[in-house]
Amino acid sequence: MPSAELVQEAARQMVICNACRYCEGYCAVFPAMELRRAFSAQDLSYLANLCFDCRDCYYACQYAPPHEFAVNVPRVFAELRADTYRDYSWPRLLAGLYRRGGLAGGVISAVSVAAVLLLVLVLGGPGVLLSAHVGQAAFYRVVPYAAMVLPALAIALFGLAVLLAGAIRFWRDTGGSLREMLDGRALLRATADAFTLRYLAGGGAGCNYPDEGFSQSRRWLHHLVFYGFLLDLAATTVAAAYDHLLGRPAPYPLLSAPVVLGTLGGVMLVAGTVGLLVLKRRSDPAPAERRMVAMDVAFLLVLLLTSLTGLLLLALRETGAMGALLAIHLGMVAALFVTLPYGKFAHLVYRYAALIRGAIEQARA
Amino acid sequence: MPDRFYDVVVVGGGNAALCAAITAQRGGADVLLLEAAPEALRGGNSRHTRDIRYMHDRAGAFVTGAYTAEEFWEDLQRVTGGETDEALARLTISESADLGDWMPAHGVRWQQPLKGTLHLARTNVFFLGGGKAMVNAYYDTARKQGVEILYEAEVQRLNVDDGVFRSAVVARGGASGEVRAKAVVVASGGFEANIPWLKEYWGEAADHFVIRGTPYNQGRLLKELLAHGARPVGNPREFHAVAVDARAPKFDGGIVTRLDSVPFGIVVNREASRFYDEGEDFWPKRYAIWGGLIARQPGQIAYSIVDARGAGRFMPSVFPPLQAGSLTDLAGLLGLDARALVATVEAFNRAVRPGSFDPSRLDDCRTEGLEPPKSHWALPVDQPPFWAYPLRPGITFTYLGVTVNRQAQVVLRDGRPAPNLFAAGEVMAGNILGRGYLAGFGLTIGTVFGRIAGREAARHAVG
Ligand SMILES: Cc1cc2nc3c(=O)[nH]c(=O)nc-3n(C[C@H](O)[C@H](O)[C@H](O)COP(=O)(O)OP(=O)(O)OC[C@H]3O[C@@H](n4cnc5c(N)ncnc54)[C@H](O)[C@@H]3O)c2cc1C
Ligand code: SF4
Ligand code: SF4
Repeated sequence: MPSAELVQEAARQMVICNACRYCEGYCAVFPAMELRRAFSAQDLSYLANLCFDCRDCYYACQYAPPHEFAVNVPRVFAELRADTYRDYSWPRLLAGLYRRGGLAGGVISAVSVAAVLLLVLVLGGPGVLLSAHVGQAAFYRVVPYAAMVLPALAIALFGLAVLLAGAIRFWRDTGGSLREMLDGRALLRATADAFTLRYLAGGGAGCNYPDEGFSQSRRWLHHLVFYGFLLDLAATTVAAAYDHLLGRPAPYPLLSAPVVLGTLGGVMLVAGTVGLLVLKRRSDPAPAERRMVAMDVAFLLVLLLTSLTGLLLLALRETGAMGALLAIHLGMVAALFVTLPYGKFAHLVYRYAALIRGAIEQARA
Repeated sequence: MPDRFYDVVVVGGGNAALCAAITAQRGGADVLLLEAAPEALRGGNSRHTRDIRYMHDRAGAFVTGAYTAEEFWEDLQRVTGGETDEALARLTISESADLGDWMPAHGVRWQQPLKGTLHLARTNVFFLGGGKAMVNAYYDTARKQGVEILYEAEVQRLNVDDGVFRSAVVARGGASGEVRAKAVVVASGGFEANIPWLKEYWGEAADHFVIRGTPYNQGRLLKELLAHGARPVGNPREFHAVAVDARAPKFDGGIVTRLDSVPFGIVVNREASRFYDEGEDFWPKRYAIWGGLIARQPGQIAYSIVDARGAGRFMPSVFPPLQAGSLTDLAGLLGLDARALVATVEAFNRAVRPGSFDPSRLDDCRTEGLEPPKSHWALPVDQPPFWAYPLRPGITFTYLGVTVNRQAQVVLRDGRPAPNLFAAGEVMAGNILGRGYLAGFGLTIGTVFGRIAGREAARHAVG
């Protein structure tokens, strides 16, 4: 649970907003807030996860610091979200580690990469890393089939399980029943909002990011990352199907579906993550929260490195660097999946849950 | 201090000043805007606003129906009781017709209708994010257009020769300098934040007033214009005031400190006596009289008391109610005489006549044989827990201003207009709104006269 002081501070700000309501047109947070008069820790987690950190309400706030009311909604909500990601993940140890953000992300990535390299060395001897491998199933000569698929599967399944468990607990804590979660209309609304990043559109003008001016750049970059990620996920799925159902193991020709999808996704991810990192660097620190920024940066870096190493691997797969690159890329993928449930990726789950909850509440109200 | 000779210098940083600066710049003038507040607190009282009233012949995406010039004029006559300059009032109304387009063209965004919460109104449009978002948009537009903007720049004096403006003396960062320009637009608001000035009319009572808006509206330039022979308009003693929570910040508490609890219970003064009909009328009429009423009570304090029945029926308030299980305990919390409070409440409860309570209309729940009566929404106050909110007068704006003509030129005592001295916004609103208030009309006056002043000042300066 977030600390008592944090809950009290967020509740204090929500009471001010609720008496003011000037920002009710910006996002889903305010209409949800207006349905309440008192704010429990759970209510606040829910509201915080509805917040997209667009910062519109910060620049529009007549009570923002230096006003003595010191209202800074995006900041206090970012703190609460960081706590949500920690509190609803398991095991606590890992969540706590990743809370250190950038550093932890880096350490985890490095350790995973090293682990994979070590595995390769033990299994194949140093020669595989430095020689070219071409032709059917070339990847498996570097990392044997079982060593590649089983740990990956285990890590991914574990991550999904942690996220799912977190989502269910979050849903319960914020007052929802399981039946409600299957509300078709709310699901549709929330899904549409999530896929279009409706609230980052700011009703056409965009959001106040990286600074006070209105801009759509964050929304478009986020789209690049999100859809790039989905394309890469699709590429992996198609590749898995080729491999396991059609018996055609990787690598695939340049114009095959997995490579085209993966390359497009990879390029989108690189562009999107670099763009977001640049925006983040330029962004106004006043409405930001340190822990969340560290998480954001760590996640973006891991995503960037994963896609970069993937693209490099594709470009150099017929050279002597292929073995080493494959190992590094797989290490990054491992790092990405190990860290998924404990870092910024978790926003996908909690924000989606909050959007569904919001849609249900609004339909009822 | 910038060592340049400007075409137009605009004094103030709220709605009227920004509209003037943007329009003057569009008119080809080289404009300097001087705002006394630091950047983070810029925008005067305008940054606390929410909506604006304007005339329109038909419904639109953001208004539910027509609001004709004639209806607008009738509303204005009603609230001012005729204390309005008809020619200027009609000009304000007709010039407001294009605000629905002009404001968005300069960066302001309207709020979409929301389900269940904000219902669109017929007469007023609401800006997305409120007044600070509006002010931010105007600053952005002005800056991009090339208006030069200085913050923490308080104009202290105007050098005026026989009605002709020469220069402004500006204090900034501990130094003071002179800014010369061909014309000046004074848009520096009222004097409501100047407690010593308010004391001239209200005595020590003014120490207990809460100022809802910016502390920077000291009325310095209003005094300066009057000293240079501007003809005053509006009653200097009068202000628009509402009941606000006594725990509100002294300045800049804005909208959240107002309380809507009055019609759902009773209001007593320091002596635990009722002093006015809590059920007289609807918001906004009721809303706008309670500030003045409390300002005339001993110690300028009152307490709104509701019981379990009234609790939760009004807009959530920013400060928690003081709560007690009995009236005696509540009196203890408020520092009131317990016996007097119990007696007041019992007398009230006995006078309440049965009726069907309906807060959405002037219902038939009222008292009988009680002085003062409560003429609507009267229910006994007898179900614990009891809640109380301490109330103080919250001053919105003052009425004293300078007379202007249709060109927004300041009119001198001898009737001559000052050629290059213009005024817009609260500093001249008393010409049109000599008394009373219409929601959203302060900004209408400021926008209309800000644009006129900007246009005319540019015309004077660059021909
Ligand atoms: C809480 C609240 C809510 C309101 N809501 C509404 C609403 O919804 N709709 C509406 O129409 N009206 C509303 N009003 C009234 C409205 O705020 C005013 O009518 C309007 O803002 C006046 O605009 P203005 O530009 O004349 O003055 P202001 O916005 O007050 O601007 C005056 C400016 O002058 C500057 N200044 C003062 N002295 C000097 C000096 N010597 N040198 C340099 N600068 C100086 C100040 O810093 C300030 O920037 C509200 C008022 C309050 C207090
Ligand atoms: S963020 Fe500020 S302006 Fe917006 S609703 Fe909250 S208190 Fe009001
Ligand atoms: S930062 Fe944006 S999304 Fe978050 S509460 Fe404010 S307006 Fe809503």
